[in-house]
Amino acid sequence: MSRKSLISIGDFSKEEILHVLETAKEFEQNKEQNFLEGKVIASLFFEPSTRTRLSFETAINRLGAKVIGFSDATNTSQSKGETLKDTIMMVSNYVDMIIMRHPLEGSSRYASEVASVPVVNAGDGANQHPSQTLLDLYSILKTQGTLEGLTINMVGDLKYGRTTHSLLQAMSHFNPKFIFTAPEELKMPKEYKAFLDSKGIEYIETTSLEDNLNDCDILYMTRVQQERFTDPMEYERVKDVYTLDASMLGNVKENMKILHPLPRVTEINQDVDETPFAYYFKQAENGLYVRMAIISYLLGYR
Amino acid sequence: MTHEELVVSALENGTVLDHIPAENVYKALDILNLRGIESQITIGINLNSKIYGKKGIIKIADKFFEDHELNKLALIAPKATVNIIRDFKVVEKKKLVMPEEIIGIAKCRNPKCVTNHQPIKTRFTTIAEGDNISLLCHFCEKITSSRHIF
Repeated sequence: MSRKSLISIGDFSKEEILHVLETAKEFEQNKEQNFLEGKVIASLFFEPSTRTRLSFETAINRLGAKVIGFSDATNTSQSKGETLKDTIMMVSNYVDMIIMRHPLEGSSRYASEVASVPVVNAGDGANQHPSQTLLDLYSILKTQGTLEGLTINMVGDLKYGRTTHSLLQAMSHFNPKFIFTAPEELKMPKEYKAFLDSKGIEYIETTSLEDNLNDCDILYMTRVQQERFTDPMEYERVKDVYTLDASMLGNVKENMKILHPLPRVTEINQDVDETPFAYYFKQAENGLYVRMAIISYLLGYR
Repeated sequence: MTHEELVVSALENGTVLDHIPAENVYKALDILNLRGIESQITIGINLNSKIYGKKGIIKIADKFFEDHELNKLALIAPKATVNIIRDFKVVEKKKLVMPEEIIGIAKCRNPKCVTNHQPIKTRFTTIAEGDNISLLCHFCEKITSSRHIF
C-alpha cells in the first residue's frame, strides 16, 4: 500500500496535481464509484467543521468505503490527556487512511510521521488545507479551460488566510500573474512575495478593490476570520473592509469567475449570486470530486 | 605570552571554543550539554574582541567533540572558532558549518505550533540570509528568526 500523505500542497508535484484534477473530472462525470468497498477510513475532526467534514465523508461513501471517527474532540480520550501520537497510532491500527483536522499547526505533519497509513490534512489551524487548494484549482481549470497564464486577484485577508497562501504556491506551477488586494494590516506576508520573486512571477499590491476588477480572470474573495486574530482591535478595523456587489461587475472580463472558500459574511453581497460571475457554490460542490480523487490517489487506486 | 592567555589559563589537552558572542556563552554550554560533565571547564566572558566588541571563550579540558555536535553552535555563534589542543599546542583549527537541519534544541516561536503542546522534538531547516539565520519549522511551516529561538 502507498504511504504517501497529503499534508501541504507542496507535497504534490505539478504532475500529481494535474493527475488528481483529471481524476476528479472523471468522478464528476460518474459519481457512482465503489472501488474502495471493504476499506475503512477515519475522519478525525479535533475541531468542528461542517463543510469540510461532510464533503470528505460523502467522498468516502461515494467511493464505497466505510467511515469511522468523530466530529469534535470533547468526547475523545484526547480530553483525558492522551497524546496526539497515541490517538493516531491507535486509530492507524484500525483503518486504511486517516483524514484529520486539528487546531494545532503542524499536527497533521506530525500525525503523518507516526501513522502507519496515509494521512490527509483537512486543515491544521492557520497552516495548510490542501484539499481546499486542489478544489480551488479544479474550479479554476473548469471555468477557464486552463491553469496556464491566468491573472488571479486575491482579496481580503491575505495575511492570515491560509487558502490564499496555498493557492499561490500551487498556481506558481502555471505562470500566473497575481493582484493582491488587501488593507495594510492584512497584506500578503513577505515570505510569499519572496517566493514569487524567486520564481519570477509578477504581482501587484493594492488596497483598492474597484481598481483591478476588470483585469482578472479569477477573483478570489476571502473572509476576514475573527478566530485568526490575536488583537481584537485589529479585527474591528478591518472586518468589513471590502464588499463586492453586482454594480461593480459592469466591465469585468466575460470569463471572470468569483471564487470564495466559504462561509462568506459581508464580503460578497447577495446580489452577486445571480450574476454569471458567481461560482462559489459550484466551487464547494467541486470539493466532493476532488476529495474522492485525493483519497483514491493516496490509496494507490487512480 | 598574550594578554588573553594570561586571563584564561592554558589547556594541556582539550577543546577551546573562541569568538562566541559574550551573551551566548551560557547558551553554548547548554547546546553542548556541558553542565553535567566532569571535565574542568574554564569560561571567559566579556573579553575584548575585534569582531563582537565583547566575546566569550570556553575551554574544556580532555574533551573532544564530533563535528555535528560543534556545528549546532553555529546557530548562536556563527563566527566561533574551534581549537583542538594536545600537549599545550593547537593541533587543529576548525570553523563551524551551519547544519541544514536543527533537531531538538531550538523552540518554535509560533504559539499554535504542535511542538509547543505535545511532547515532540522540534525540527527546523536553517535558512541563511547574510548574517541572519532563520529557522523553518518542519511541522507548522512558520519561520522563526534565530534571535528568538531560545
